[in-house]
Amino acid sequence: MTPMQRIPEVDLLRNTELRLHALFLQGVEGDALAYRRFLQATATHLRAFLRRRLSRWPDEVEDLVQESLLAIHNQRLSYDTGVPLTAWIYAIARYKLIDWLRRHARRDSLHDPLDEVLAGESALFSSADADAGEARRDLAKLLATLPDKQRDAIIHTKLDGLSVREAAGMLDMSEAAVKVSVHRGLKALATTLRDAT
Amino acid sequence: MKTDDLITMLSSGPDVGLPARPARVAVLPLLAGVLASALLMRLLLGVHPNLAGEMLMPAFWTKLAFSGALAWAGWLAAKRLCLPGARLASLPLWLCAPVLVLWCAAAALLLQAAPEARAELFWGSTWRYCPLLIATLSLPIFIATLHTMRGLAPTRLRWAGAAAGFAAGAAAAVVYCLHCPELSPVFVGFWYLLGMLAPTALGAAIGPRVLAW
Repeated sequence: MTPMQRIPEVDLLRNTELRLHALFLQGVEGDALAYRRFLQATATHLRAFLRRRLSRWPDEVEDLVQESLLAIHNQRLSYDTGVPLTAWIYAIARYKLIDWLRRHARRDSLHDPLDEVLAGESALFSSADADAGEARRDLAKLLATLPDKQRDAIIHTKLDGLSVREAAGMLDMSEAAVKVSVHRGLKALATTLRDAT
Repeated sequence: MKTDDLITMLSSGPDVGLPARPARVAVLPLLAGVLASALLMRLLLGVHPNLAGEMLMPAFWTKLAFSGALAWAGWLAAKRLCLPGARLASLPLWLCAPVLVLWCAAAALLLQAAPEARAELFWGSTWRYCPLLIATLSLPIFIATLHTMRGLAPTRLRWAGAAAGFAAGAAAAVVYCLHCPELSPVFVGFWYLLGMLAPTALGAAIGPRVLAW
């Protein structure tokens, strides 16, 4: 690759970094719309990245996109503000891909997807794919398998749009307990999702 | 559930904004691990009978500083390895510097010593069980560290497991300093290190299975 071609790619990564980082920080402050746009943009990059690496298992792509998004959401506290956000997202996506391949692909077929994974975060953010495929595992069904308290807290506050206070009243729990249940429920959902593959 | 619905679900409700980093939650199990290790040392081995006398000698502080510096470096490594994408380049320096400094001191001591005294400096009188005891004392800390890391996001599991083992081994060596009668830096630079590397190897072996998420 000539230097002429490389400059735009570096610029692209920097622009993506600035955009995603701004949205992420707004999200961390509680701006739901910004956080949603952050997740949507991240999902398109994840999808294009995983579709290339999982060309032999196209049906798994959307499941792994969802698993990565849930991991990104659950692990937000693990973002080290000293490094680019794109590096953090890339490390999680790469880990989720390798984890899936280790558990499913035969050893001899591991090499080419894994070799490419070492290419760095520009490999993740150089392309985007908004065309969502069908997920094979149904998150709604997996959600139903969670313990009652966690499931209801998630459904009331994150799907039905109730406030924490309203949910606390309906579930006869304290507001703090509702928040803890949501947090624990999403962690449990991530584990269930991983085990279901 | 479609991916768009998942995104809508994740970006609504009470957990969109993040609470401040609850650092204490991660530190408490580690403190409990160190306390359990200290208690184990107290019951199994007992504190050195002349600890106050030993504390007047620079050699005691050398081995304590060596173990403490490595425990700190191991803790830093374990912490960084739980942050996806975090920079790791400075870790080898922090991990190797204490070892190199101690080895230089040990080499100087060996060169100055009379030839017939050198074996004693290396073997001491407790080399048979020193590494084993450090490895044993590291177990509660090791378990606490792995437990904490399981709630975080390590992405290089073998390295993360090794770092957990090393941090636990070095912290156990700090505890063991309070019992150990050896004062020679030559002894510490080999047998202590061996005791720390045993849980490190164990951590590298079990990391991929225990830390996967």
